[in-house]
Amino acid sequence: MRNLAKDPDVARQALETMWTARRFEEAVDQLFARGLMHGTMHLSIGQEASATGTCLALQPDDLITSTHRGHSHCVAKGADLTRMMAELLAKDSGYCRGRGGSMHIADVATGNLGANGIVGGGIPIAVGAALAQKLTGSGRVVISFFGDGAANEGAFHEAANLAAVWQLPVVFVCENNHYGMSMAADEAFAIENISARAAAYGFPGVTVDGNDVQEVYDMVSAAVERARDGRGPTLVENVTYRWKGHSKSDKNLYRTREEIEAWQERDPIVRFEEAVRAAGALTDAEIQAARQAATEAVRNAIRTANAAPPAPADQNLLLDAVYAEVPA
Amino acid sequence: MTTTTASTQNPTDGPGPAETPAPIARDAAGSRELTYAESVRETLANLLEADERVFLMGEDIGVYGGAFGVTTGLLERFGRERVRDTPISEIAIVGAGVGAALCGMRPVVELQFSDFVTCAMDQIVNQAAKIHFMLGGAANVPMVIRAPAGSGTGAAAQHSQSLEAWFAHVPGLKVVMPATPADAAGLLRAAVDDPNPVIVLEHKLLYKQKGEVPPDHFVPLGKADVRRRGRDLTIVATSVMVGKSLAAAEELAAEGIEVTVVDPRTIKPLDEATILGEVAATGKALLVQEAPRNAGFVAEIAARIAESETFHSLQAPIVRLCGLDAPMAYAPELEKASVPQVPDIVAAARRLAKGA
Repeated sequence: MRNLAKDPDVARQALETMWTARRFEEAVDQLFARGLMHGTMHLSIGQEASATGTCLALQPDDLITSTHRGHSHCVAKGADLTRMMAELLAKDSGYCRGRGGSMHIADVATGNLGANGIVGGGIPIAVGAALAQKLTGSGRVVISFFGDGAANEGAFHEAANLAAVWQLPVVFVCENNHYGMSMAADEAFAIENISARAAAYGFPGVTVDGNDVQEVYDMVSAAVERARDGRGPTLVENVTYRWKGHSKSDKNLYRTREEIEAWQERDPIVRFEEAVRAAGALTDAEIQAARQAATEAVRNAIRTANAAPPAPADQNLLLDAVYAEVPA
Repeated sequence: MTTTTASTQNPTDGPGPAETPAPIARDAAGSRELTYAESVRETLANLLEADERVFLMGEDIGVYGGAFGVTTGLLERFGRERVRDTPISEIAIVGAGVGAALCGMRPVVELQFSDFVTCAMDQIVNQAAKIHFMLGGAANVPMVIRAPAGSGTGAAAQHSQSLEAWFAHVPGLKVVMPATPADAAGLLRAAVDDPNPVIVLEHKLLYKQKGEVPPDHFVPLGKADVRRRGRDLTIVATSVMVGKSLAAAEELAAEGIEVTVVDPRTIKPLDEATILGEVAATGKALLVQEAPRNAGFVAEIAARIAESETFHSLQAPIVRLCGLDAPMAYAPELEKASVPQVPDIVAAARRLAKGA
């Protein structure tokens, strides 16, 4: 397994991806606070290593399904920041033409089958996507991202079992950020590790330090290899933490400032920067440059997206968008 | 349960279904008399043969042949990869259909009873129906869900419902209710051809009904069928109520009342023009469905008539004849009493015809 911190190119890519995800979320947070963004959103600050380590383990044409907290998955899978930002800014140039917003960004061209507003809703879809890969012999693997909350949905259990009995090329990546909205995982589960549930369906499960991009990469790589070889699914539980609230309405009544600060001490990006520095792969200036590149990319995305016209409020366009056109 | 199978089987394709295929009568134009179930089966076989993206998925559709025998013989013919028996997991069955469809496949998913959609509703309503729109048109979900609907088999309240109005209410779904063996084939072919999710509600009582089925029959979604024309009133009926309405029309004709019978065939998209035109022509509308009255689909038809110019053609108030607003009962006489029967349609039509 390659060491991400030792290879200058990979280290730079991982750093830039994580910083881009972070800067994107920070920008969204600020735009929202200033009243410049509409609706709601679910920020993934603090969880960047999970998305980044997972997507680094994929081939470009592998597929993912994402969640309501999906911006970092999009970034890590290679989505266009301007189109993402345009969607959040309700522009016609957004990924969904202003029809989906934060919870429905997809980028089929980069293998991102879409975020999902329903907890657990994407898991059976990922299994179906994996079935399509098996039936067509494409050799592609599907990643199903979901949270700790989704592991208590029936959809997870039905989909995990189906993937197991059909030995489908799917990897279940559970991002355990400790809370399903306000419900603590400690109270929602009577087991210590969500990964233990894999045993019930007859495939391997592993719990990973989800704030260690290398560890995520290693475990997901092994799972992807297994899936690609036709040996079926794996459940990888990335234990992580969301720094921000569940959504805009969150007053953080269910957790303490001390707890949040303790997890901020384990910042996945800072940890990886230290590993890169220790490995000598990049100089301090290069590390700084990666951070700066991400900041610039997000800034440019906001500028370009903001200049675009809003999605037109045309009822006929909306009605025409409901159904795909039947070929003549 | 059907006792014959479609004779499209080529003996060299492998072991066939257990029963001996019955000889099928052919007319000059190549139409054959098939049961509704045979028609669905033959169409599925043709679709599997013609398009490698098509595959079937559902509970007990393989060796068992499906709870109503519709898929009998398809496993032997097309193999386990394309005729997939599933665990009893409706969320996963429909969800896997959504995911496979997103990736370019053409899944035809069977729900063993339409009542079981309750277990799969998120995948149908929140996912399949909305993905094309939510994603700004970047993806399609060309999935078909086949589901046996309706009462008449003594299966009681959890296996006898007519839930079409639920689906018709959700933008993004198409809803098909074939009433004849020919439409069962033609509409299914159109459904599989369609780039959107289509729910095909097959009525259990129709599976054994026989009728002429033209080869490679194709019925575009959204085209109503005028089954009979008469001057006195217009019946608009769905699914099993089409046949009952035609039987009622025969009785009414004997007493000099001539009725038009319109079968919408697809309730979404709805062929509003044909329905309104046929109602305007007689000035009287009798709307017949098996589902309970309250917020049922024919209420939508009544509203379309009432809010259109056709309203001015009406010579009498619109009449609805529907199932009781009660769960389906088990005992045969209670079950019959819960949904419109031929004498009920005759009586309602007679009242409407003479009331003017």
